[in-house]
Amino acid sequence: MLIAKDAAARLPRSVCTSVVSVPMFVHNCRPGPIAVRIRMRKDLIVPKKLSTARRNFPQLDKAPTGITGFDEITNGGLPKGRPTILCGGPGCGKTMFAMEFLVRGAIEYNEPGVLMSFEETSEDLTRNVESLGFDLKGLVSRRKLFLDYAHIESSEIQETGEFDLEGLFLRLQHAVESVRAKRVVLDTLEAVFSGFSNAGILRAEIRRLFRWLKDRGLTTVITAERGHGTLTRHGLEEYVSDCVIALDHRVTDQISTRRMRIVKYRGSSHGTDEYPFLIDTDGFSVMPLSSIRLEHKVSNQRISSGIKDLDEMLEGKGFYRGTSILVSGTAGTGKSNIAAHFADECCRTGKRCLYIAFEESADQAIRNMRSIGIDLNRHIRKKALQFWAWRPTQSGLEMHLLRIHQLVEQFKPDVVIVDPITNLITGNTNEIHAMLMRLIDFLKERQITAMFTSLTAGQQAQEETEVGISSLMDTWILLRNVELYGERNRCLYILKSRGMAHSNQLREFIFTPQRIRLIPAHISAGTVYTGSARLAQAAREKAEALRQRQDREQKRKHLGSKSKRLASRILALRTELEGEEAEFERIGRVEQDRQRQVERDSIDMPKQRTFRSTTGDGTERRNEG
Amino acid sequence: MRAKAAKNSNTAQSPAFFELRLYVAGQTPKSLTALTNLKNICDAYLDGHYTLKVIDLMKTPQLAQGDQILAIPTLVRNLPQPIRKIIGDLSDTQRVLVGLDVREKVD
Repeated sequence: MLIAKDAAARLPRSVCTSVVSVPMFVHNCRPGPIAVRIRMRKDLIVPKKLSTARRNFPQLDKAPTGITGFDEITNGGLPKGRPTILCGGPGCGKTMFAMEFLVRGAIEYNEPGVLMSFEETSEDLTRNVESLGFDLKGLVSRRKLFLDYAHIESSEIQETGEFDLEGLFLRLQHAVESVRAKRVVLDTLEAVFSGFSNAGILRAEIRRLFRWLKDRGLTTVITAERGHGTLTRHGLEEYVSDCVIALDHRVTDQISTRRMRIVKYRGSSHGTDEYPFLIDTDGFSVMPLSSIRLEHKVSNQRISSGIKDLDEMLEGKGFYRGTSILVSGTAGTGKSNIAAHFADECCRTGKRCLYIAFEESADQAIRNMRSIGIDLNRHIRKKALQFWAWRPTQSGLEMHLLRIHQLVEQFKPDVVIVDPITNLITGNTNEIHAMLMRLIDFLKERQITAMFTSLTAGQQAQEETEVGISSLMDTWILLRNVELYGERNRCLYILKSRGMAHSNQLREFIFTPQRIRLIPAHISAGTVYTGSARLAQAAREKAEALRQRQDREQKRKHLGSKSKRLASRILALRTELEGEEAEFERIGRVEQDRQRQVERDSIDMPKQRTFRSTTGDGTERRNEG
Repeated sequence: MRAKAAKNSNTAQSPAFFELRLYVAGQTPKSLTALTNLKNICDAYLDGHYTLKVIDLMKTPQLAQGDQILAIPTLVRNLPQPIRKIIGDLSDTQRVLVGLDVREKVD
């Protein structure tokens, strides 16, 4: 450790064990012994990062419940060896939670359990949880579980004087000892309040019971009815203060959602939100929703949309893997068809696809897709495709989300298709926005490509989805009907596609018995033609082109003959010209001859004059001509 | 700890025959008080028309399940039907008699 020299001088000997002067250069100045190196006593050194040191401290011992999601939000399960209160109204799943805690404990963690029920007989309980695949009889016979039913019938009971609940203690002790239990469930312990009127004794006894359970290190779940304004009707939470879990069952717009909240967990961090949970054939599952971070990895891999022409519009390669795709459009624009193509494509290329339909049953969808040449059935048979169809009104939003979570965790698909998401909108748009965000984040985290279809109402602006989810989407394909010349035709364009140079074209979308085709729309004289108008226009233009071609041909012929004519005329003229030239030359020659004759004559003239008498008339004549 | 009271000879004439069980947990003061109180009441009002079984749950805890015992001490009237349970140390004789549905002795 380097410190200034004067500071070192002030340090007591008990703190630093050695002082060594070291030369130090400060901003290239002269070296000087202005700093000293001291050695601190090791036990006085405080670790630099308290948080990292703390991570090594032993955590509170926890008993995993084996309940999906619950161990995540509690960082490991219920407090081991301590009692936990599980409170909630009637029918919100208290007994189910407790049963699963016991059964999973016995099967998965080898911790036998005791169930002391004050409400249901052992036979009823056994039958109730059979549907979840829990074989209580088998567990009982293998000495993994002890069921005891404590029946309290107040009409049979008369109180005379002092009593205690030693009978209950002895029964519990007997049960715990007979299976060497580590876990105990008291299913509605508060029922004792209905059987006995002396509340003072009961409270004292219950307090004693909790201490008794804690002393024996039994991880206990005590269920309790929710009271008015209090967590439990009889204030049990006052005695148990280690862990309190509240279950809730709320109905909004006729749809009920179960939720769970950890009210208190002494000595441990835990999720504090209200978590929706589900009870189905696999038992209890809680959905941890707290991971809303934008930290997912991205992939450069591309995944084909299954429609060649659409891939072409997306740089010829299709979507990015792990992105979210929105296909929106009005009714009957072919959203499901695009989804089916995508599903078919990813199954054909050996990927797994989860198809969640909110409109059509599986059979109906498969039949309908066959009409455009897609056989989804063979993918289902090969287990590459899972088709789930349920009504959106079946449960609340969070239940849908939870169920999708479950399916994704079980099936581990590469592609998830939700068709359509708009059907989920039953109430608050904020809620669905939040739900979709969670769903998209969840899928992105797992590098799952998600395709959502969205129905836009006819009168609504096309480029606006009902739930305002467009910002969550990476690729948005918009489908619309174009009404022109007494026809509606489907058009498709890509409104956005993050991270790629996508086509800006409007394409016409045609169903054929062999899949979908996208045809570049016919654009002519500033108008876009689709459907038969496109065909008519194309025919018109073809005729026009033909006519023009014929015109051209005719003109060409005309020109040809004209030029021939002209050529012949040129030839004639040229012949004429040649004749003229020949004539001109001949005249020139005659003129030259004549000239030469004149010159000769002028020379000869004087001679002729002298010899006129001798030559006669002949010479005279030639001279005149 | 098992005690059996002797049957009286005129059982047949009596309209009601009482089959009683007293559940206790060890020799606690409460249990002992209950047993004493019960014996006094039986002697005074049942006139020998009864059997009494004392069951110690410390020794046989599995028996608690059969009669649905939670509170200690509990007196169970098995016969005559219906089953009645009286909990506590049986110090209030009148309430015990009401609980057992025993009419006051008519002299």
